[in-house]
Amino acid sequence: MKFAVIVFPGSNCDLDMYHAVKDALGEEADYVFHTETSLEGYDGVLLPGGFSYGDYLRCGAIAQFSPIMEEVKRFAAEGKTVLGVCNGFQILVEAGLLPGVLHRNTGLKFMCRTVELKVENSKTRFTSDYAPGETISIPIAHGEGNYYCDDATYAMLQTNQQIAFTYVDNPNGSRGDIAGITNKAGNVLGMMPHPERAVEMLTGGTDGLKLFTSLVKQGAHHVKTTV
Amino acid sequence: MKKVIVSIALRESILDPQGVAVKGGLAQLGFTGVEEVRIGKRIELLVSDETTDTMIHDMCQKLLVNTVMEDYRFEVEEVTTA
Repeated sequence: MKFAVIVFPGSNCDLDMYHAVKDALGEEADYVFHTETSLEGYDGVLLPGGFSYGDYLRCGAIAQFSPIMEEVKRFAAEGKTVLGVCNGFQILVEAGLLPGVLHRNTGLKFMCRTVELKVENSKTRFTSDYAPGETISIPIAHGEGNYYCDDATYAMLQTNQQIAFTYVDNPNGSRGDIAGITNKAGNVLGMMPHPERAVEMLTGGTDGLKLFTSLVKQGAHHVKTTV
Repeated sequence: MKKVIVSIALRESILDPQGVAVKGGLAQLGFTGVEEVRIGKRIELLVSDETTDTMIHDMCQKLLVNTVMEDYRFEVEEVTTA
């Protein structure tokens, strides 16, 4: 599979994402600058963490107007894989590709540590290599990861099984302990924790790797069924 | 020209952790009786006279405000050029 790692001004986890795909996963990856307008030839898009446009106005608010984002929206509408991590998740909600919003952690502090997540839905293309209800350890690093949505949206997330990951011990005040959600179609995932930082024992664990291997398996399956 | 002052605040249903922290600070300074503190932001726009309220609402809803979590209101002031 070939992944595009989108680089916005202020992205700072783009190298981690590239490394996870290229070295830990052994698949192809390219950096795609925010001024580009085509995602032709890619099987998946990865929006990395960081502080795009300095988090001006609101996190992710300005990045949604980058030229590449129109193409990301088209890509998502075609049912192709889009993963947004941390600032990437914030960009996806601001762009309207995922419901809800991310705001200031209830404790006001920037939190940087490894937390436990529960895999709520192991039937998505991002989570199929995890066991249902599996507990995994993934690092977080955010000041504005407090997920909020209204009652109707929360009910919809539950009904459609869009909640992919929850925190075992909620660090930021997120509604329903939400750590990551998919869109209704299941091809777009946004999450605050960083799976790309948990792909090697050398750096503390490999629980994030299964997210990427799930994608590759799904991708291979997709190719087989369409040929 | 007209000056538009947009006031943005977190919706009432959402906890404002900054406001809670500031309320605690005021209490520590001895200012009792402060029921609630809510912190928002103010955006000033200098716009042409042709800019309608509908256009300002559009700007707010498309970019300046995230209506999932924020409420807004705005005032328009005439700018007199000296």
